[in-house]
Amino acid sequence: MRLLKIIYRNTLRHWLRTSLTVLGLAIAVVAFIVIRTTIDAWYAQSEAASPDRLITRHAVSLTFFLPLAYENRIQDVEGVKAVSHATWFGGVYVEPKNFFANFAIDHTKYLDLYPEFVLEPAERDAFMQERNAAIVGRNLADRFGWQVGDRITLTGTIFPGDWELVIRGIYTGAKENTDESTMMFRWDYIDERLRREVPARAGYVGTFVVQVDDPQEAAVVSEKIDALFQNSLAETKTETEEAFNLSFVAMAGSIVLGLKAISILVIGIFMLVLGNTMAMTARERVSEYAVMKTLGFRPLHIVGLIFGESLFIAALGGALGIALSFPLGGLVKTMLSNFFPVYTIAFWTVVFAGLIAFVVGLLAAVFPTVKAVRTSIVDGLRIID
Amino acid sequence: MAEPIVELQSVYKSYYRGQLEIPVLYNINLTFTEGQFVALMGPSGSGKTTLLNLIAGIDRPSDGRLVVAGQDISRLSEGDMARWRANHIGFIFQFYNLMPVLNAFENVELPLLLTRLSRSERRRQVETALGIVGLGDRMGHYPNQLSGGQEQRVAIARAIVTDPTLLLADEPTGDLDRHSADSIMDLLSRLNNEFGKTIIMVTHDPRAAEAARTVQHLEKGELVSS
Repeated sequence: MRLLKIIYRNTLRHWLRTSLTVLGLAIAVVAFIVIRTTIDAWYAQSEAASPDRLITRHAVSLTFFLPLAYENRIQDVEGVKAVSHATWFGGVYVEPKNFFANFAIDHTKYLDLYPEFVLEPAERDAFMQERNAAIVGRNLADRFGWQVGDRITLTGTIFPGDWELVIRGIYTGAKENTDESTMMFRWDYIDERLRREVPARAGYVGTFVVQVDDPQEAAVVSEKIDALFQNSLAETKTETEEAFNLSFVAMAGSIVLGLKAISILVIGIFMLVLGNTMAMTARERVSEYAVMKTLGFRPLHIVGLIFGESLFIAALGGALGIALSFPLGGLVKTMLSNFFPVYTIAFWTVVFAGLIAFVVGLLAAVFPTVKAVRTSIVDGLRIID
Repeated sequence: MAEPIVELQSVYKSYYRGQLEIPVLYNINLTFTEGQFVALMGPSGSGKTTLLNLIAGIDRPSDGRLVVAGQDISRLSEGDMARWRANHIGFIFQFYNLMPVLNAFENVELPLLLTRLSRSERRRQVETALGIVGLGDRMGHYPNQLSGGQEQRVAIARAIVTDPTLLLADEPTGDLDRHSADSIMDLLSRLNNEFGKTIIMVTHDPRAAEAARTVQHLEKGELVSS
């Protein structure tokens, strides 16, 4: 117990140095957690994907549309359970900086394929009844203060013109990583207008969502669907929803790689900060360790004192960093909500940060400990008379 | 006839500075008996502190035999040597070397943490040791709240709290004013006379040496008289 007291008091001996070290470590931990969470956010959509869902899109690019008529043919493919469709609308609400994802969906079946979007039955009925009805995620509604019944206007970018919508439902996510920042409205609402104004563009959709009977057969079903439209004017590319979502992550591959590199760099900084403090500490206390050895304390006691202090500082820095990462993560979440609909600090990220703090605490003590243990009592006391 | 407590036979000690061997002690043959109060004197660089360090088991001879408290300590492993020091040696440093983060009580208690004594037994022994050095009322004071003389008294209490076989002091009055130095020497004399502690002390100070019953002189690493 007395040795623990020595560790505690030694830690607070140079309170300014200890405080700055703890603060430095805390900042490094916060940076690590925020960076890892940002990387996780990038992958969140792909992790939220269901294994029994496939996405069929135009083989050339997502910017090309597919005829609605494909739906029935896909439905007839062996192993397909259900088919629906969604079209990236790209509407702007008031001004471009208010960006959020908005899709025109097949209101009859789409929500059946996405049970993770939880909607009150009455709201779903209202969505089915009204052609210009829209549903929005809870986060999106909160962001703009929308409520059921509100009328909003989107300005089309892919589909020119102003599009008036009525919010008839606010969905919540069944899972923690469900995107609650999306708006969905009825595809037949835009198709109806396109038929009047630009008939050539009517009857087309962006992607088909295909539910398969057996996720193990996803690859086979994908091949069958694509084979169906081979050599047609609009060839298709079918892949799992996860692979489809990951293709967006791949577009930002360099950024993700850079973030991963920075997160490792942060750990290095973390170690240098603590290593420097522990080296200074051990150097200052060489004579005290020599006195303790003279009194009969063994090298293991000295090891305990130095490691104990290093781990204590690392624990303080780690705990403070973890505590600060939640409000700061919340701030980042608000700032980046346009880009990352799901931004949640994962339990394992926190555990990993804590483990890193522990390991860095251990590593930072190694060199000073070896030096302190190897220094002879005589050298420690500087007595060579 | 008192038992020999320190026996040095043909002890030789040298240090290396790079490849260069620097001899410090030559062919030292000495015997100290239980209850003696010995002063080791000599000019700087004569090897007196090195000799004290060898007897304390914090340094090892390059050659020769060194038996202290019945144990040939030149053959002990590091771990055994540490245990042996804890059991047999009480060391008093010139600059007190108290732990600044511990108060007087905790500093004196430090060597007892290596024993199997209970908390209450440790408290009793610490209070006794601090009482002997006259600091029973300063137990809660930290080193920076004590005068130099008081700090050295705490250091002496720390040295005697385990009731060691030998008390070794390296210039115990070297950093003190005359009044405090006299008071420390009175205390050491008392420990020798009243408690029968065997004391070996390195000093430059002739007045301090007067308190000792035996004086050994070292010059250039050799004993010159006794």
